[in-house]
Amino acid sequence: MLEHTQLTDKELNDELLRDILTMPKWWLPAVLFLATIVITGYSAFGYMVFNGLGVTGLNRPVFWGFFIANFVFWIGISHAGIMISAILRLTQAEWRRPITRAAEVMTLFSLAAALHTPLFHVGRPWRVFYWIFPYDFSRGIWPNVKSPFVWDPSAVGTYLIASTLFVIVCLIPDLAILRDRAKNKITKFIYAQLCLGFRGTTRQWKLQIIAGILLSALVLPIFVSVHTVVSWDFAVLIGTEGWRSTIFGPYFIIGAVHSGVSAVAMLMALSVWIYGLQNYIKPDHFDAIARLLIVVATTWFFFFFLEWVWAMFTLESPEIALRELQVGPWPWGPLFGIFVITSFVIPVPLWMFRRFRRNAAIMFFTTILVNIGMWLERFLIVIPSLMRRSHLTFDWGSYSPSLIEILIVLETFAFVALGMLLFAKAFPLVPVFDMKEGMRNRHLIKVGRRIIPATIREGLPHHYYNKEHHK
Amino acid sequence: MAQESHKWGMVIDIDRCTGCNACVIACQSENNIPTNLEAHFNQRRAIQWIRIERYWEGEFPDVKARFIPIICQHCGNAPCEPVCPVYATYHNNEGLNVQVYNRCVGTRFCANGCPYHVRFFNFWEPEWPESLKNQLNPDVTVRSRGIMEKCTFCVQRIRRATRLADRDSVELEDGDRGLNPACVNSCATNGLIFGDWNDEDSQINQIKNKEMQEGGRAFGLLENLGTSPNVIYLKKVDESAEGHHGH
Repeated sequence: MLEHTQLTDKELNDELLRDILTMPKWWLPAVLFLATIVITGYSAFGYMVFNGLGVTGLNRPVFWGFFIANFVFWIGISHAGIMISAILRLTQAEWRRPITRAAEVMTLFSLAAALHTPLFHVGRPWRVFYWIFPYDFSRGIWPNVKSPFVWDPSAVGTYLIASTLFVIVCLIPDLAILRDRAKNKITKFIYAQLCLGFRGTTRQWKLQIIAGILLSALVLPIFVSVHTVVSWDFAVLIGTEGWRSTIFGPYFIIGAVHSGVSAVAMLMALSVWIYGLQNYIKPDHFDAIARLLIVVATTWFFFFFLEWVWAMFTLESPEIALRELQVGPWPWGPLFGIFVITSFVIPVPLWMFRRFRRNAAIMFFTTILVNIGMWLERFLIVIPSLMRRSHLTFDWGSYSPSLIEILIVLETFAFVALGMLLFAKAFPLVPVFDMKEGMRNRHLIKVGRRIIPATIREGLPHHYYNKEHHK
Repeated sequence: MAQESHKWGMVIDIDRCTGCNACVIACQSENNIPTNLEAHFNQRRAIQWIRIERYWEGEFPDVKARFIPIICQHCGNAPCEPVCPVYATYHNNEGLNVQVYNRCVGTRFCANGCPYHVRFFNFWEPEWPESLKNQLNPDVTVRSRGIMEKCTFCVQRIRRATRLADRDSVELEDGDRGLNPACVNSCATNGLIFGDWNDEDSQINQIKNKEMQEGGRAFGLLENLGTSPNVIYLKKVDESAEGHHGH
């Protein structure tokens, strides 16, 4: 990467901790606005639990609706954190440094948002503990391990715990910086407690680095398992056209990566605009993530195409009826068109041009489009299949969401945004220690006549360094 | 026990069905199913453990009405059973697909799996008019809001009949000691026949042996899905109706 702003430790500290130690003007109105939406959503939850699921638009045979589509969407977004942090960390992609923290935190909040809907969407939410935790030993009945619903909470729960640990491990050195720079006693005390006595000794650094690498390696299997298990919620049902598909596992995972990485690119643009991080997130970073996205989006489109080919291959009339419904009548057909155009047809050709890849505004809008499309994808997987426009024509169904469902779906979006804002108020959104490490490792080396910046890690012979150019 | 195990099943003769809906009403009152108001139908949330599907065949004026009573098929290989996280629905050793209301948390996963759409969710708290409160069947649980329910083959009647047969030390026969479900008892044309597949002499086995032959009328509903239903349907194939499907 060519562009680089070499900053001293002091400049890094000042810039990255500025918004924590001072209060920007827009912060309170934004938080209040989001909090209003969240409180409205929680009131809708309360209303729904009190009155029963009759207040939703669900019916027979469409027993799942907006909530499950939204659940799958947020689980998908949560894949960004692991994709960015773990995989890019293990492959030592240097451009990951400024965006890892934001991606991990988004993972946490989107997982929490995902957990909102399925738990309250059961008929008797006060009894969900029988299949989540603790299991109901007293009646001598274990949960049914054949059901994907037993694996859903365990996969998502493991993912949530692992990501939380990951975020905490990566936060510790930054918390220590905050402890040292906190202006009043109370915040100093809180950060001192949170940083677990980190003083930057060699041993502590070693442990922190080992823990980070171990966690990123251990989290990788979860990365694959979570969305596969979510896809089983659909794929195991033989009687439901459009769901019983062996391709759903990988198809869901790559779809999750597609929407998740897009969400990270969106977040990068937002953090440049809101927090003024242009010294850290450069056009080069957008360029790198867009190139990654081209690969992911194309792979995803390949699976999407395969899913259709394999479905149509058998030429079974119920399957054809379902596909006709998906691409045909209002609103499914138009939604399907929007989904394909926004998640692939518009963004990927734009990302092919270097000029557009390096433009934060274009990256922002294309990745927003991708996420609109990916939300619709989940919606189009869940609902038309359940409408059962096939065998028993007497029993054809349809579905339209109620106001309560719309409010709760909006609430999950406000919840994630609010969570990110609150987090960024208390902790640096760009990992300060990781940036410093990046700055240390970066040197200017001479190749022929040109001097270019390069990242040099331990293990390289010392004569590669050109110390004079290191400011 | 007089008999090692039962395998309850039903034969539904579509050629005999007149679409009178007596079975629907009988089921409604036997099993404490809340009154289906017009609003419930408009919301597509009516609960009918047995329903009569009505199909029109042919072009006007040469139109035929076809009726298919559809109940839980008590599949031997039921798609609804493995997906329940709490074992609220499982297969018992008498061939019944049973629903344990107390365990059900209401994920509705089972209902999404059922290709026959015979699983019902209580979207609302069940309600009856004041005048009907005293007619509730004391042998059947009133299901609360938020749980799944479905046809049980009137398991309360099966239990009572097997108990009575045990007491009298006799083998339970067709329709013996009030064994038949409410829908079977109410059918005016004997279109529904209930019995035990494990009993060689039962009426349903005799019908099966006769109708499963070449040219017989027996078929299983959506049996190509591999659900192996315990209910078989009888229908003479009407060559003239080929290719005309309406609804």
